[in-house]
Amino acid sequence: MAKKLMKGCEAIAEAAVQAGCRCYFGYPITPQTDIPEYLSARMPEVGGVFVQAESEIAAANMVYGAAGAGARVMTSSSSPGISLKQEALSTIAGAELPCVVLNVMRGGPGIGGIAPSQGDYYQATRGGGHGDYRQIVLAPASVQEAADIMYGSFALADKYRMIVMVLADGFIGQMMEPVDLPMGATPEVEKPWAATGWTPESDRPRAVINSLYIKEPDLTKLHERFAARYAEIEANEVRYEAYQLEDAEFVIYAYGTMARICKSAIAILANEGIKVGMVRPITLWPFPTKAVYEAAALDSVKSTLTVEISAGQMFDDVRIGVNGVKPTEFLGYAGSKIPTVDEIVAKIKSMKGVE
Amino acid sequence: MTTKVLFEKTKVLTDVPFHYCPGCGHGIVHRLVAEVIEEMGLAPTTIGVAPVGCAVFAYDYFNVDMFEAAHGRAPAVATGIKRVQPDKCVFTYQGDGDLASIGTAEIVHAAHRGEKITTIFINNAIYGMTGGQMAPTTLVGQKTTTSPKGRDKDWSGSPIRVAEMLATIEGSAYIERCAVNSNANIIRTKKAIRKAFETQMAGKGFSLIEILSPCPTNWGQSPVEAMKWLEDNMIPYYPLGVMKEV
Ligand SMILES: Cc1ncc(C[n+]2csc(CCOP(=O)(O)OP(=O)(O)O)c2C)c(N)n1
Ligand code: SF4
Repeated sequence: MAKKLMKGCEAIAEAAVQAGCRCYFGYPITPQTDIPEYLSARMPEVGGVFVQAESEIAAANMVYGAAGAGARVMTSSSSPGISLKQEALSTIAGAELPCVVLNVMRGGPGIGGIAPSQGDYYQATRGGGHGDYRQIVLAPASVQEAADIMYGSFALADKYRMIVMVLADGFIGQMMEPVDLPMGATPEVEKPWAATGWTPESDRPRAVINSLYIKEPDLTKLHERFAARYAEIEANEVRYEAYQLEDAEFVIYAYGTMARICKSAIAILANEGIKVGMVRPITLWPFPTKAVYEAAALDSVKSTLTVEISAGQMFDDVRIGVNGVKPTEFLGYAGSKIPTVDEIVAKIKSMKGVE
Repeated sequence: MTTKVLFEKTKVLTDVPFHYCPGCGHGIVHRLVAEVIEEMGLAPTTIGVAPVGCAVFAYDYFNVDMFEAAHGRAPAVATGIKRVQPDKCVFTYQGDGDLASIGTAEIVHAAHRGEKITTIFINNAIYGMTGGQMAPTTLVGQKTTTSPKGRDKDWSGSPIRVAEMLATIEGSAYIERCAVNSNANIIRTKKAIRKAFETQMAGKGFSLIEILSPCPTNWGQSPVEAMKWLEDNMIPYYPLGVMKEV
């Protein structure tokens, strides 16, 4: 199929439709408003549902209702709106429902700014809402990868009955790149647990979609199910890109758009004879802890550098992964100040002890 | 000798015993809602949404597919359900803390969009479940655990009239206020509930029945005193009747 030039947000939205998502609830916020705008026209074409909700709180609670009724459903927002969705996301996690959530991150805290950021890593990978739960978190580094990830997210959510969060930054959402869109809906799974209307003669028990487990053994059992599911995901779903690690003297850890900027720096350093490799986590949870360690542990590697558009959030996971086998350095700023190619080059050179 | 069945509990209620206090209005209203669902033949296609409040376990009592929503969000949850299953009968059951305080945005906008759902709204002028705090519906002068000297209008405002407010919204198709303080009023309440479900199934728009209901426990009264207090104090401020019908 011929590639088509598309804006990130639109490619992501179209990929969702092609994956079989027929239900969207959202609220406008920069820099992801192209998604509800696109889907407000597209959903009616495919017999789907589009509702502009009164708030992100309501939008996410609508997602809860639709997911519990068996629909393939998504919502999208940017950082302040994602904070408002956390009540429902915690509820969805507790009720073991599948859904897909896109966060096109902007700088925070508070209203913050509208420029790209990676400041929501903690919120995305540590659960975000209250309670001891996880969500699968995927971070694309190009428009094509964002579309592919969005396309695959619905099947992943259905498989594990979990929230899949696509964590993009404002660059990915706004950038125009050629994309080859996936075609054909991903297979639907049976949802015998969904609330679709019931009688005592139905061949399934009465559905109660619920996150209330008032009797203690029930809550413990929920968390035992979670633990088993999370272990399976950690074993099977880890994704990352290993880039030019052979003979590397330094390893960079970066994700999303930041990893693309790092690749430019790596090319410049290679021209100057300094070999730098990179591990780019694609799943932020499950985190590629083993790959992070193995790269750092390579004999050729002297030390490592984590680069983020944050004060160092993924850096925590990198340090757990590297586990002291090599030194860990950091470059990044809180808010939306982006480490430049020149800064990355200079940082690696200072780590090597050259000017 | 042949026996004749004079009364049978509706099958739309499970056999789980209610946890409600003696004299509480929730139990009466549950039965009315379940009977209407059964009489209209809607049980196989009904999906209900329970609130956070004393009726939090309503999903154990209504013998249909049920959801439990976060505090105040039932109308948004019901919107999600109804939009993906437009042919189903979807209702929310909510208290006055749930609907008239934390969930005002969700109820107003469900009405505003004209969502084809039915809301059963229990106004007992207090937060029951958390032990008797002031609600937006608490009467001026009424003592609660967070208005120990009685609700002060200058400090906390005057009670909100939900039925009247929602009746001003275009998307509302049927809004009525009822009470469960007497047999006659209970019969009227059941008729109103039926009308609300009929409005939904006819696709006319949003429907809500506000029901004045006693909470003897947190009013500090006997069940009989509570019925009288409701009649003497709540009905004068919250007039009964149809507020909107299209
Ligand atoms: C987000 C959130 N805030 C507060 C509570 C605590 N809470 C539980 S029930 C309730 C009030 C319920 O009152 P009402 O809706 O009037 O119902 P009633 O118990 O009187 O039937 C509150 C504040 C909660 N569960 N969740
Ligand atoms: S506290 Fe009040 S509303 Fe709650 S069950 Fe008891 S009487 Fe009913």
